[in-house]
Amino acid sequence: MSQALDTPPAPAPPPAAAHGTEDAAVLAARYGLSVSGARPPLPAYVRRLWQRRHFITAFATAKLTAQYSQAKLGQVWQVATPLLNAAVYYFIFGVLMDTKRDVPDYVPFLVTGVFVWTFTQSSVMAGTRAIAGSMGLVRALHFPRAALPVSYCLQQLQQLLFSMCALVVILLCFGVPPAMSWLLVIPVLLLQFTFNTGLALIMARVGAHTPDIAQLMPFLLRTWMYVSGVMWSLDHLVGDKGLPHIVTVLLQANPAAVYIDLMRFALIDTFTAGQLPTHVWAWALGWALLAGVGGFIYFWKAEETYGRG
Amino acid sequence: MADKKTGTEAVPTVIVDGVDIVYRVNGTGAGRGTATAALNRIIGGKKKAEKRAGVRTVHAVRNVSFTAYRGEAIGLIGTNGSGKSTLLKAVAGLLPVENGRIFTDGQPSLLGVNAALMNDLTGERNVRLGGLAMGMSREQVRDRYDEIVDFSGINEKGDFITLPMRTYSSGMAARLRFSIAAAKDHDVLLIDEALATGDRSFQKRSEARIRELRKHAGTVFLVSHSNKSIRDTCDRVLWLERGELRMDGPTDEVLKAYEVFTNPTKTEPKRAKAPLPS
Repeated sequence: MSQALDTPPAPAPPPAAAHGTEDAAVLAARYGLSVSGARPPLPAYVRRLWQRRHFITAFATAKLTAQYSQAKLGQVWQVATPLLNAAVYYFIFGVLMDTKRDVPDYVPFLVTGVFVWTFTQSSVMAGTRAIAGSMGLVRALHFPRAALPVSYCLQQLQQLLFSMCALVVILLCFGVPPAMSWLLVIPVLLLQFTFNTGLALIMARVGAHTPDIAQLMPFLLRTWMYVSGVMWSLDHLVGDKGLPHIVTVLLQANPAAVYIDLMRFALIDTFTAGQLPTHVWAWALGWALLAGVGGFIYFWKAEETYGRG
Repeated sequence: MADKKTGTEAVPTVIVDGVDIVYRVNGTGAGRGTATAALNRIIGGKKKAEKRAGVRTVHAVRNVSFTAYRGEAIGLIGTNGSGKSTLLKAVAGLLPVENGRIFTDGQPSLLGVNAALMNDLTGERNVRLGGLAMGMSREQVRDRYDEIVDFSGINEKGDFITLPMRTYSSGMAARLRFSIAAAKDHDVLLIDEALATGDRSFQKRSEARIRELRKHAGTVFLVSHSNKSIRDTCDRVLWLERGELRMDGPTDEVLKAYEVFTNPTKTEPKRAKAPLPS
């Protein structure tokens, strides 16, 4: 079946191919070829990531909208889901258990804690699966791989913004007055987002090489949740018992607790500055910088290995 | 496609130097995928355990070396599972190599965006998302948008571009995917298998588009099982078998040898043909 009808005239034989490591490297250097899939230096990496910012946001928004695209109510669920979530907590803690003893404005206190915690929790979970779960994408297209974890965290941030809308409704329903301090939400969210992204980048690298970690994360995260004072006030825990000083410091420095308390302080008028741990803003900023910068560099260090199966 | 490298020095665009590619597959310990086997793995020595219950390695490409030059169109042939697509992904820098190195001129890209698209989104948003995923700017996507949609012919039978992609027939979805993928020009273009899907008229259009892309690209790699399309397209062919580079030369020579190699195995299809269609 040799149907050499349209065969082009035989091309000139290729010049003697370069063989051996030395020759290839020399030849490559002479013609300015670069190693395929090599890790770019950090500044170039940041620049490339910045060039892909529109992809990052488009990918996050696409993931978010795709979530409810089969539902009849569509995007209404973005707000309805957190509202229902809060309703369940209200039913259990506000009606059944009637927990009003320790904390004033308990339901706003609880719901704020849950939403802010969920932001960190789902960012970390999404980060763990960001590379391992997107192997198809990683093996098909070029982009700085950090775009994936960042994009997943951005999706969670968008999700949280919908939750915040629900939260405002809840706050007003429970008679929390709007105040100037609500503006503090913006810096708190920025810091928490930076912290979450850094953590997600770290987990993305770990999860890419050891997918088993995804099975372990729910347990670690649940433990973390219980020591972060999502459902009770750490203030009471720390104040009442004669805990060793180091434990108190650790509980108060816990980044999740820091961001949750700051958000409560910003939103709820009965949650006063006195309930905040000392140096809380410094902790918030420190954690954000440490996780953000450290996580980014840690992730970048393994850039060329993502995609190995 | 007969731009001869007359007289002037040939400029290499891709140098593959002694490359090995190994896949590691978790959880395939044949018959030993039980919990106790996994426990053994955790307790026992690491190396022994890797073999016993956990990770299997697949050596997909073995010590392959070649140099591709500007203006060449290179076909990759070989039986299923011989490592063609794997090698292509490594040239694109998407799959890390185990040993050896691959040097490239600029960033070679695979033709395809399937992985970036989402079935739950409308065709319209997928065009934008796919374009951005391939590294186009927002402006470029906006400029090319109409072109992409027209080329796909999705809107020929009504306003389907505003429907989610999951509602498309497989042919329509394939057309849209190809249209998005082919919207960008590439320096080193890697084409895997039969991309020209869809009905006859679309096939013709997409073949023409591939020819156009090839003209703009410096070097083209084509993986295909169709000897005809290799003959039509390529002036040089690499034949991979079991991950090893078996032959590298002008199209006619390599294809002739390849046909001789594949013919004896054609006794198998004969056996398979035995039960006559009723």
